[in-house]
Amino acid sequence: MFEAGRFAMVRGRVLEPLMTLAVWGSALLVAGAFLWLVGDLLWHGAERLSWAFLSSSPLNAGRTGGIGPILVSTLLILGVAVAAAVPLGLATAVLLTEFLRPRSRFGRLVGLSLDVLAGVPSIVFGLFGNAFFSVFLGLGFSILSGGLTLACMVLPILIRTAEASLRAVPDDWRLGSAALGLSRTAALRHILLPAASSGLVAGLLLGVGRAMAETAALIFTSGYVDRMPSSLFDSGRALSVHIYDLSMNVAGGDGNAYASALVLIGLLILINGTALYLAEHWLNRRIIAP
Amino acid sequence: MIWSKHSISSPSRTDARLAGWLSIAAGLAAAVLVLIVLFLLHESWPVLNRIGWLRFLTDAAWHPSEGLFGLAPMLWATLASSTGALVLAGGLGVASALFCRFYAPPSAARPYRRMVTLLAGIPSVVFGLWGLTVLVPLIARWQPPGASLLAGILILTLMILPTVALTADAALAAVPKAYLHGAAALGMSRSGTILRVVLPAARSGIIAGLLLAAGRALGETMAVLMVAGNVVQTPHSLFDPVRTLTANIALEMDYATGEHRAGLFVSGLVLSGMIILLAVAALRFGGARSHV
Repeated sequence: MFEAGRFAMVRGRVLEPLMTLAVWGSALLVAGAFLWLVGDLLWHGAERLSWAFLSSSPLNAGRTGGIGPILVSTLLILGVAVAAAVPLGLATAVLLTEFLRPRSRFGRLVGLSLDVLAGVPSIVFGLFGNAFFSVFLGLGFSILSGGLTLACMVLPILIRTAEASLRAVPDDWRLGSAALGLSRTAALRHILLPAASSGLVAGLLLGVGRAMAETAALIFTSGYVDRMPSSLFDSGRALSVHIYDLSMNVAGGDGNAYASALVLIGLLILINGTALYLAEHWLNRRIIAP
Repeated sequence: MIWSKHSISSPSRTDARLAGWLSIAAGLAAAVLVLIVLFLLHESWPVLNRIGWLRFLTDAAWHPSEGLFGLAPMLWATLASSTGALVLAGGLGVASALFCRFYAPPSAARPYRRMVTLLAGIPSVVFGLWGLTVLVPLIARWQPPGASLLAGILILTLMILPTVALTADAALAAVPKAYLHGAAALGMSRSGTILRVVLPAARSGIIAGLLLAAGRALGETMAVLMVAGNVVQTPHSLFDPVRTLTANIALEMDYATGEHRAGLFVSGLVLSGMIILLAVAALRFGGARSHV
């Protein structure tokens, strides 16, 4: 007994500092890697950033020149994705929260398919987008195919966040509007959707952020062409694809790749930060309102 | 939600019409998954029908133009890189979460958590760019050629670390305070409390996070493609250049036709199967969702 107690004490004396060391070491390692990455991006990319870089066309396969047409293509692809995914996502979320019984079979089926869809890797969305939108529907390598592929990809995140923000609206409000004789359609339009709006927008922004960071799903749906697109049926190169192409296929493209990466991260931080702010703001109101 | 049980009055006609439209939209949303599975099967059918599933594992090499469809070397590369990354990110991620909850002074915990969230938001192609220009030359100085399984593992580790750290952090936060008070009352040391009380209590949440991270690692394409060298071979050391299943699809899809293209869709099918199993397991385990 005495021996065992002493053993435990010695072990404790060794274990305690060992664990502290391991935990602090890991944390410092992670922080170091992060700072290294961000510092490197700033170091190599910041000097090239300018208004001219953002607005001019890429020259010499992207080694020099800017990213103007690429930003336009990126925005168009995102626009298509949002235009296709938002009506579908919002409608599904409204149906799941406001019209179906919580454990209805249809609701569970839709939920399960969304969960599985969320697990499908992005390269597989690329394969599907190529086979369905580009080849089967004949859209070819175009902004439209890329945007629609991304729409499929962000659908689960849109629906789940919209569902969560609608569910967070207190049930009293539903009862109140029913007592006032409002139809569900009117209650949705005038009370529930406005009340859930900041959560809905936050979810939308998260989806946009996810779509913007995506590369693998776009390589063989929206393609590589770096000219200014003249319609949605043109191929357009997204910012992430531009970074990939410059660093892998263009010798001497690293400088502009870093600058583009900096632009991409800046945009993402802006989008995700706004989403986070809105989500917190929405939570606060949720606590005060009822 | 409350209404859905039953309404006393009959529902108005606009409501019924709205419900109809919404059901169509929800049906479409659910159909996306069915469509994906159907198209993967349809596109891979020509080659599956002719040679069957087994040849994809037993063929000696991947030369689709000569009728050889061996996915095994790339399957090994995918498994090796994901396992390596999961081991590293598992350790570092759980340690990060412990750091935030138990070790860091409050003034450090908040910025640290914010940093991990930022790390989670960095797109994979940027990780790839950094790995290609910083990590690969560094490894090459030590063990040429540099672009290798090791580079792939390290980049993947950085990418999936936030997933592990954030889910573990949430799981640790959910451990009842009474457990901690009890451990303190028993005079347990900090390390004892963590190892004997906190981690066992948070186990299922942590495991769900690890499963999610494993799914991300298996499905990741760009970052690994950019740093791992892309030679089709079974890896025998950490410094061998390898090509993962995902990278193979991305590299060859551009020019693949006929059975070659069908073979790529088969690898997509295999990959989705593995990852969907993991995702469902993660859902069952801790209710962690991969899309939030």
